[in-house]
Amino acid sequence: MTTAVATPAVPATHHARRKARVSKGRVTVNVVMVAMILYFLMPFWWLVVAATKNNDALFSTAALWFHSPGSIVDNLRQLFTYNDGEYLRWMGNTVVYAGVSGVGATAVATFAGYAFAKYRFPGRNLLFSSLLGAIMVPATALAIPTYLLLSKVALTDTMWAVILPSLLNPFGVYLVRVYVQDSLPDELLEAARVDGAGELRVLFNVALPTLKPALVTVLLFSMVGTWNNFFLPLVMLNNDKLFPLTVGLQSWYAGAMVQSGANALFTLVVVGSLVAILPLILAFLLLQRYWRGGLTVGSLK
Amino acid sequence: MSLLRQGSAAAAAAAPPDTPVRRGRGTVTAGRSAGPRTGRRSSRTRHQLMGLFLITPFTLLFLAFLVAPLGYAFWLSLRTSTLVGGDHFSWFANYQQAFTDHQFLSGLARVALFGVVQIPLMLGLALLGALLIDEVGSRLAKVFRMTLFMPYAVPAVIGALMWGFLYSPTFGPVQSLTHALGLGSVDLLSHSLMLTSLGNIVTWQWTGYNMIVLYAALQGLPREVYEAAKLDGAGPVQTALRIKIPMVSSALVLTLMFTIIGTLQFFTEPRVLRPIASSVITPDYTPNLYAYNLAFQYSEFNYSAAISFALGAVVFVGSYLFLFAARRRSGLK
Repeated sequence: MTTAVATPAVPATHHARRKARVSKGRVTVNVVMVAMILYFLMPFWWLVVAATKNNDALFSTAALWFHSPGSIVDNLRQLFTYNDGEYLRWMGNTVVYAGVSGVGATAVATFAGYAFAKYRFPGRNLLFSSLLGAIMVPATALAIPTYLLLSKVALTDTMWAVILPSLLNPFGVYLVRVYVQDSLPDELLEAARVDGAGELRVLFNVALPTLKPALVTVLLFSMVGTWNNFFLPLVMLNNDKLFPLTVGLQSWYAGAMVQSGANALFTLVVVGSLVAILPLILAFLLLQRYWRGGLTVGSLK
Repeated sequence: MSLLRQGSAAAAAAAPPDTPVRRGRGTVTAGRSAGPRTGRRSSRTRHQLMGLFLITPFTLLFLAFLVAPLGYAFWLSLRTSTLVGGDHFSWFANYQQAFTDHQFLSGLARVALFGVVQIPLMLGLALLGALLIDEVGSRLAKVFRMTLFMPYAVPAVIGALMWGFLYSPTFGPVQSLTHALGLGSVDLLSHSLMLTSLGNIVTWQWTGYNMIVLYAALQGLPREVYEAAKLDGAGPVQTALRIKIPMVSSALVLTLMFTIIGTLQFFTEPRVLRPIASSVITPDYTPNLYAYNLAFQYSEFNYSAAISFALGAVVFVGSYLFLFAARRRSGLK
């Protein structure tokens, strides 16, 4: 800037031209960004708008704008009372599945990741190599084989059939391991041991407080993973009283199609979808840092 | 090996009572020199036991819900069960059947076609987005980042449900748009457009996730390199093409691999849209949908197990080899 003032004429116009080019580029960039934002937001906007409409308005009014009188209150009442309040039961199931699997998977992953990072034990290398392969195996590939196996021990169509397989979270183990290696020096653990702390004390009083961010990340990913899971509960469960929200909403949707036309179930699917994703969006907005924490490890290692 | 080490450690731990207590306590130097030695040995055993103790829950789950299902599926896949012949061992007959099965192969071809088009588009978009937010630090860029990532938090089922409504030929907004553009009615759920429509759902759901992964990799790069490039007269586009993209190539390969794996397992979106397009999305639309329907509609468990196992095992072995090579190169132990 100062040089432009000090040396007149030619450099100044050069500078201005360059600045114009940069700001033109900036405008293009901003237009691209705004267009993409609108596209990615559109389904959310539609969902919010559609949730305020009754069934007639859902099919007859402009899809992307509100229609008065709105009937969100009525829709919500219907949602929570339809078929003996099965939506609430599904929501309860989802909370149980996500909560138990999330906490369990996090505990298992923490112990295992810590052990991989700080202990040498027989079979360690073999197990860790298999872990790396296991991260890549998608849960969907295992669902049908797991169903076939669990049906042998009569565990299918129970809550355990959804919870137990969800406790295995190889990526969580990997994430904790990397985090322990990067942020928990051996000297710290050694100092606690010299002070007479047993191994468990070292883990709970020294390691865990340091690992808190990693644990929140693993918990978040495990819970959301189970909350969003569809294939596993679809395969495992027959009894609709045990359904999580994903399978339940899908069954409503399929049911609405079978009965064809302007079935009231469509409104319920829309409102039900909105209510189901609200906690996720909230968790997403409030816990941004932890989401990114998990993905950063995934990208760097 | 481990038994031997534990044995000698146990012997060392047992040693102190034999040595006279007086001597140990009396002579300070002797006590000091003996203490750490036996202490270190017994703590090594304790150390190993603690490691095993901590790893056991994971090991059990790993065996029960990864190794055992895959093993059992493999065993089932080697058998054939018929009403007439009963249940018998048939070696690789099921796999042979799969590779001549028109339904399985057409599903595989469909998923391959889907992947060849959708994956480069989505990853290209994700890379573009990542480069943009890495270059521009504005508030708009922050909103952009959050908005694109948000669909990742939405269950795939609900993503597909929403788009199913939006695609609706009777009242969806996409219809109004094509009418406004003078294109008339476009049936997004028709035979010819279904794969595109599914691709749009997957792109909407996963672009932001991949963008964040690539963005994180870009943020990890040393800034000095850009300064050097800037001094050499490189503009932002040149810097992106010649420096940034090559430097995040390993993150790109990783996202590519995860995306290919996910595409091979394609299931949720076609399954959810099936009720509104049952003539287009056939029970064999994707290999995974086919495996599901074989098991739960036709009770062909052995054949279904063969397809599931083939899909899972290919991924397991393939990615293991890939990671092994990548780990060697990056030096992560």
